Amino acid sequence: MAETAVTAMTGAGARRIWRGPSLAWALLAPSLMFLLLFTYWPIAQSLAQALRIETFGSDAVDWGLGNFERLFADASFRRAATNNVIYAIGTMLPSIALALVLAVGLQEATRFNAALRAVVFFPVLLPLVAAAALFMFVFLPGIGLLDHYLGKLGAGRTNWIGDPDIALWSLIGLTVWKNAGYYMLFFLAGLQGISTDLYEAARLEGAGPWGRFRRVTLPLLGPTTAFVAVIALINAVTQVDHVVVLTKGGPSDSTNLMLFYIYQQAHENYDYGKAAAATVLSLAALLALSALSLRTLERGVHYES
Amino acid sequence: MRTALRSAMRDGRWLAVAMLATVALVWSTPLLWMSVAAFRPQNFGGLDMASLLPDFMPTLDNFAEALDSADFARLYLNTLAVCGGILAVQLATVTLAGYAFARLSFRGRDVVFHLFLLQLMIVPPVLIVPNLVTIVGLGLYDTLLAVMAPYFASAFGVFLMRQTFRTIPRDFEEAAMVEGANWAQIVWRVLVPLARPGMVAFAIVSVTAHWNEFLWPLMVISSPANHTLTIGLASFTRGAESASQWGVIAAGTFLVAAPLLAAFTLFQRQFVNSFLFSGVK
Repeated sequence: MAETAVTAMTGAGARRIWRGPSLAWALLAPSLMFLLLFTYWPIAQSLAQALRIETFGSDAVDWGLGNFERLFADASFRRAATNNVIYAIGTMLPSIALALVLAVGLQEATRFNAALRAVVFFPVLLPLVAAAALFMFVFLPGIGLLDHYLGKLGAGRTNWIGDPDIALWSLIGLTVWKNAGYYMLFFLAGLQGISTDLYEAARLEGAGPWGRFRRVTLPLLGPTTAFVAVIALINAVTQVDHVVVLTKGGPSDSTNLMLFYIYQQAHENYDYGKAAAATVLSLAALLALSALSLRTLERGVHYES
Repeated sequence: MRTALRSAMRDGRWLAVAMLATVALVWSTPLLWMSVAAFRPQNFGGLDMASLLPDFMPTLDNFAEALDSADFARLYLNTLAVCGGILAVQLATVTLAGYAFARLSFRGRDVVFHLFLLQLMIVPPVLIVPNLVTIVGLGLYDTLLAVMAPYFASAFGVFLMRQTFRTIPRDFEEAAMVEGANWAQIVWRVLVPLARPGMVAFAIVSVTAHWNEFLWPLMVISSPANHTLTIGLASFTRGAESASQWGVIAAGTFLVAAPLLAAFTLFQRQFVNSFLFSGVK
């Protein structure tokens, strides 16, 4: 409606050429060009590369699932995929729980709360590489921050990132420390959207603080929680800087994650076929996640109305 | 009875405050340690390195050594160039595309919109390997332009600008049109000034993301002259770690993190609002 009104008003013929479709495409062209070059083309290229089988010492090219077969036969890949699932769930659940508790605890705008919020938010602004550099010392056996203070409580020495049974959980701890503050922001914003009338009504019905949290806060934060969960999962697939700095996937692949595996295959082993096959699987996981998230988000919106 | 209940509630309150304070204390220790250890004398007792109390004369020795072992001036310049270059191009592309989606109707708009959506779902880091091939093919390997290029289009920015433009009443544009302004004048003189809050929000998110980025620059940069801060920090940390120079690592980390932490302290509200925007994808 408004568009036709605008067109009618402009009048002059020369200007009308630059209205509507041609103008729109001209404005979209720069974005589309870069998207084509660095999003669509690499997706197509990964698919092609993943399905392409090159034989060493010959120019013959074959097509098939050979790269995927080699990928699944690789124990490092299976380990990286399993690790990534553990890492995704292991980072998502505690960071969401902590973020929620902190948001509820710090929602009143007092000066004390504002200071605590800032403290929890600081790690979000830190480059993951810088966080990893600091945690080199946090994890240092014997002398580092963790062992020094746990030692005062009577705990022994722990090889936080050198012990294959613990290393992945140490990285999970780092990630929770780094991201919980970010998720807290969304819960704080979500809490502001809950009307105080609802709490008043629950209070009149005799609900205590815990009852009000469980029956009012938690369900109404449902959409926020779903949303934060999706961001947390995407982060778990796309951020491996701390793996590069702290462990290089080791010891014995215990902290190898998918993206680091891809990086290794391409950068260290020059096995582009396997790297591409693993990339395709990561892309599929991200797409599935997004499809799922659109549905949960829709349900969330529905829930609110 | 009543006063007992009230005091119990007050006790519960204190318990909650104490718990929150404990969490905050634990949360702050790594950064607190960084700030203390960076200014600690190098001959300070090795076993008490984890101490958080500044029981010494502060010194800048660690900073001097950090600045000595990595060319921080160049790292800062390169990082500034990368963040600034990305942001400048992004602001142009997202403003134009955001305007097209917000104000123009054309066939295929929904399809194109979904094509943009795809970039939100498939985050660039996953595509590092094929993008590296493209960068090499374009002859951009080991240049700062290679670090920037994949981010010149931003679906997130386009959505943000589209939302921002939509909140601006059309009356302004119509008034400008009656006075004979063309679309470029309308965008530049009417919409862009009114959309400044959205642009600032986008700028904060974009600069923070690229200031902190590591894996992609690591892929496409090889010569030290083109290193960014994060790559510089990683390679410098490796050296200092093998020499157990924890104070120097703390100082180096401080140098990399300080600009953003300072900016956040000064513009807290802006940062928080921008980061909330960054979730509204």
